[in-house]
Amino acid sequence: MADPMKIRAQLKGDEAVIRVLMSHPMETGQRKDGDGKTIPAHFIQSITVAVNGKTVVSGQTGGSVSRNPVFGFKLKGAKAGDKVAVSWIDNKGDKRTDETTVA
Amino acid sequence: MRKFRIMSALCALTSAGVFAAHVQAQEVDHAKADAEFAKFRAEMEDSNPAELFELKGEELWKAKRGPNNVSLAESCDLGLGVGKLDGAYVLMPRYFKDADAVMDAERRVVWCMTEKQGFKFDDIAKKPFASGNYTPEITSLVTYVAGHSRNKQFAVNLKDPKVREIYETGKEIANYRAGPYDFSCNTCHGSDGKRIRMQNLPNIGSKEGATKSVMGWPGYRMTGGVMLTHQWRMNDCFRQQRFPEPKYASDTITALLTYMTANANGVMYKGPGIKR
Repeated sequence: MADPMKIRAQLKGDEAVIRVLMSHPMETGQRKDGDGKTIPAHFIQSITVAVNGKTVVSGQTGGSVSRNPVFGFKLKGAKAGDKVAVSWIDNKGDKRTDETTVA
Repeated sequence: MRKFRIMSALCALTSAGVFAAHVQAQEVDHAKADAEFAKFRAEMEDSNPAELFELKGEELWKAKRGPNNVSLAESCDLGLGVGKLDGAYVLMPRYFKDADAVMDAERRVVWCMTEKQGFKFDDIAKKPFASGNYTPEITSLVTYVAGHSRNKQFAVNLKDPKVREIYETGKEIANYRAGPYDFSCNTCHGSDGKRIRMQNLPNIGSKEGATKSVMGWPGYRMTGGVMLTHQWRMNDCFRQQRFPEPKYASDTITALLTYMTANANGVMYKGPGIKR
């Protein structure tokens, strides 16, 4: 199973700054190991951010994103106590969802 | 012939001028690059991937593991009592009575894993540092422990004669010249204002320099995206000096860490860091 994400959602005025740290190898599929064999691609393909169950961000990512990536979003009209759920799915079908509340 | 000579002299002159200008521009760029990286680091402090390893470390710290099926949380004393983490990292290296040795954080956690949980030291020491996608459990654990000393001051107790002795040993090791290059730590890190290419070298004998060398460890290295401990950095120093690499968690490393950390006593530790 995938490792947990670290999500921060801080209220600044009427905006919530959401920062997500994901634990993922993000292999491009272009690299070769010591024996010259290609390291198979393994990267996060899609990311969604939902606030109180409603999807507010949905995006596609690829192999050009770094290992253990950080994503940041600004959410307008957020209130303290809003539930922010972030999920990702990678190209091997592995997935992970973590949740936090806006504070 | 004469004309040719003048021409070449002129050429040399102009190229020297160009060269000087080039060097100057580069130096300015270095300062700029340093400032840019400092900005990046400040920005990343809030979202340092090191925190992912803290999370992993927390799981490992609390889980019942090893042949003895106990958790470190219920068995490991980092100097403040069993399972007590807050502020423990900045007080290490310190003397531990149960082990009758001065230990730094990583060595202490290894000791707990072998003595309390029953893991075999050789298994831990087989591949003690991160590479590629592999992060040893010990690295995550040390990161977790270090995370509990954020914004606390380094305070290695040099009044303890055992710690003092190790400190003096560390000082000597830092000065010890050997190996094919006749190098010592202090060849590069023993005086102010030294530099290798664009990298400024801290003087580990001074408070300012020691601060630079202990701050940010354990650190997440952007190059390769791996989490590395201070022990790793020490081993790498030996490698760079073409010394034989020290055994994992050896006295030598503890001595050097004691020397450096104590020199930075009183400085606020910012927690696991981010490195180029």
